[in-house]
Amino acid sequence: MALLEIEDLRARVEGKEILKGVSLSLEAGEVHAIMGPNGSGKSTLAYVLAGRDGYEVTGGAVRFLGEDLLAMEPEERAAAGLFLAMQYPVEIPGVSNMYFLRQALNALRKARGEEEVKPGEFLKQVRAAAELLGMPQELLKRDINVGFSGGEKKRNEILQLAVLEPRLAVLDETDSGLDIDALKTVAQGVNRLRGGERAFLIITHYQRLLNHIVPDRVHVMVDGRILRSGGKELALELEERGYEGFAGKAA
Amino acid sequence: MSSAIETVREVTGGEYKWGFTTPVEEETAPPGLNEDIIRMISKKKGEPDWLTAWRLEAYRRWQAMEEPKWAKVHYPPIDFQAISYFAAPKQKERPKSLDDIDPEIRRTYEKLGIPIREQEILAGVAVDYVFDSVSVATTFKQKLEELGIIFCSISEAVRDHPELVRKYLGTVVPPGDNFYAALNSAVFTDGSFVYVPKGVRCPMELSTYFRINAAGTGQFERTLIIADEGSYVSYLEGCTAPMRDENQLHAAVVELIALDEAEIKYSTVQNWYPGDKDGKGGIYNFVTKRGLCKGRRSKISWTQVETGSAITWKYPSCILQGEESVGEFYSVAVTNNHQQADTGTKMVHIGKRTRSRIVSKGIAAGRSNNTYRGLVKIMRGAEGARNYTQCDSLLIGDRCGAHTVPYIEVRNRSAVAEHEATTSKISDDQLFYCRSRGISEEDAVALIVNGFCREVMDELPMEFAVEARKLLGISLEGSVG
Ligand SMILES: Nc1ncnc2c1ncn2[C@@H]1O[C@H](COP(=O)(O)OP(=O)(O)OP(=O)(O)O)[C@@H](O)[C@H]1O
Ligand SMILES: [Mg+2]
Repeated sequence: MALLEIEDLRARVEGKEILKGVSLSLEAGEVHAIMGPNGSGKSTLAYVLAGRDGYEVTGGAVRFLGEDLLAMEPEERAAAGLFLAMQYPVEIPGVSNMYFLRQALNALRKARGEEEVKPGEFLKQVRAAAELLGMPQELLKRDINVGFSGGEKKRNEILQLAVLEPRLAVLDETDSGLDIDALKTVAQGVNRLRGGERAFLIITHYQRLLNHIVPDRVHVMVDGRILRSGGKELALELEERGYEGFAGKAA
Repeated sequence: MSSAIETVREVTGGEYKWGFTTPVEEETAPPGLNEDIIRMISKKKGEPDWLTAWRLEAYRRWQAMEEPKWAKVHYPPIDFQAISYFAAPKQKERPKSLDDIDPEIRRTYEKLGIPIREQEILAGVAVDYVFDSVSVATTFKQKLEELGIIFCSISEAVRDHPELVRKYLGTVVPPGDNFYAALNSAVFTDGSFVYVPKGVRCPMELSTYFRINAAGTGQFERTLIIADEGSYVSYLEGCTAPMRDENQLHAAVVELIALDEAEIKYSTVQNWYPGDKDGKGGIYNFVTKRGLCKGRRSKISWTQVETGSAITWKYPSCILQGEESVGEFYSVAVTNNHQQADTGTKMVHIGKRTRSRIVSKGIAAGRSNNTYRGLVKIMRGAEGARNYTQCDSLLIGDRCGAHTVPYIEVRNRSAVAEHEATTSKISDDQLFYCRSRGISEEDAVALIVNGFCREVMDELPMEFAVEARKLLGISLEGSVG
């Protein structure tokens, strides 16, 4: 059984059809990349998977670990093991990064019938994750994402990923806004978290990231559909040819 | 545009978790207010003649006064003759030791999470327990006495320290100050009294827990706190009441006096029954709280977390008389369903180089109305006075209202008053972000609201901050859906 099985998924935003029949299957332990031009529906797919309000599913199905993902509330999806690193992480003034993370971890544990994490254990876990991602400890105490630079916000998303330990992580353009060194550190972090059962769905515009995180499969999304899927070579091909050719085929 | 918070879910009154009634036999005065009732209350408490006369004078003034109408709150006229002005659990005399307390009352406080005990949870806090019109227990009295600190019910203070009470009672809030203060002065029943002697730093939090139990009564407590030169005290009050369909009146007066270099920190976690989802029942919380920074470099700091009551009408204030004295007001006011809050502060700068700081966070949900009303008055002689005011409002849903009404009067050219105000909504982005991390919608609202209020919550004594944080979440239960 696939970890994630998306079948002919269609979705509307503000009455406009954005996803026009997306199918994709991801096995445990795999890393898939989704590439595609601006506005092709990549973030929309990520939001639909995470269950954001306002994204109306008009057809198709998504099974996650055998369960009907679309029937779940966003927090239930998180408890089931789904994580979305957002393209634009949100600021919450007055709530420290650390506190937020502990609330989130405890909510997930509670939903799974586990006990709350011990404060000492939690601290160790977060510190280790911060180190892995080369994040200064000072950022942990600051209000979540408030005044963070673009790159810090992205790194913070991966920090959450590392602590919350999902089964499937969707990374929406985590590489945009990262400098070259940060990109490497984050990629190393992801590679560390990779393996075993954990799977990744990585949305990116740049082949560069895929040099560091080598995907098992690459999908090309154009105008709400996946037009082609292939091995990691596909990313290189895209880099050379651009999306023009694909868009043409779609028309 | 679809919104996570566009529909406000129905909340039942049943969500108020402190709404039970204690089955104790109470002695209740017949409803109505006249000089005989006042004499009866005074006699029952064995008060000296001067106090009986003081009450009667207040009553006469009250009769000539009218209810204030300027607040942005609406309610049907109150029939002051239909209220009973005294209710007390029946017992021959005040229990000698904590062990003699009526088990039913003991159980009440246990249920409320503040057991009458000098140990465990409340080890660092001395508590005065006020049940309807009387104080039923005070913990840690001996320990405080060793330091010369007086912490007792005001009735006891009248008996045991009449000179202090007589010297200060009504000096900050005179009996004729306003309609409700006059009413309180006439009929006040119990409340707490604190005196901290010169140079003493009170080693523990002092706290009063007010509980309304009896039906058809009002609660009129009176609190008087005096911090002598160079002393420090932190005081906290908490309050709850049973759920009833009728409205009950709570009209308290609190007076604080800080002498030279003394500091009083006064915190409130107000959780009176707010009424049900349709606005039926609930407490009318009409309170006069004022502190006098009498001495130079004295400081009074009010922190309030107001989540309960059907109507809150309350403006804890500071009269900054002493040179370089400091007044602070930190407030969180939450309204949900049909609650109405009109609350804020007055900072009156009289002395030179006096400073005040106001941080108000209003949160409105449901069909509630939340008003900040504040006055900063800088008198002619207040050379170099400074005020900073920040008022932030947070709206949840689109059927509630938040209003900011700041009055600023500056009569000294060297003084500076700054005012900042913001209004925001909990964004769908924030809610979704939290939920995508596994935090339920209600917990997410509580988290975001707590973040919004953090500056104020940080001012609360540690022992109470956790409770207050939970309370914010509970008050907003059902506000999104
Ligand atoms: N809330 C919204 N209201 C209106 N249109 C929307 C909304 N959200 C997305 N869209 C539209 O849906 C289309 C797909 O957007 P989406 O964000 O999924 O693209 P993307 O592939 O992630 O693009 P990018 O590479 O620029 O991040 C765009 O045309 C966008 O304008
Ligand atoms: Mg996008």
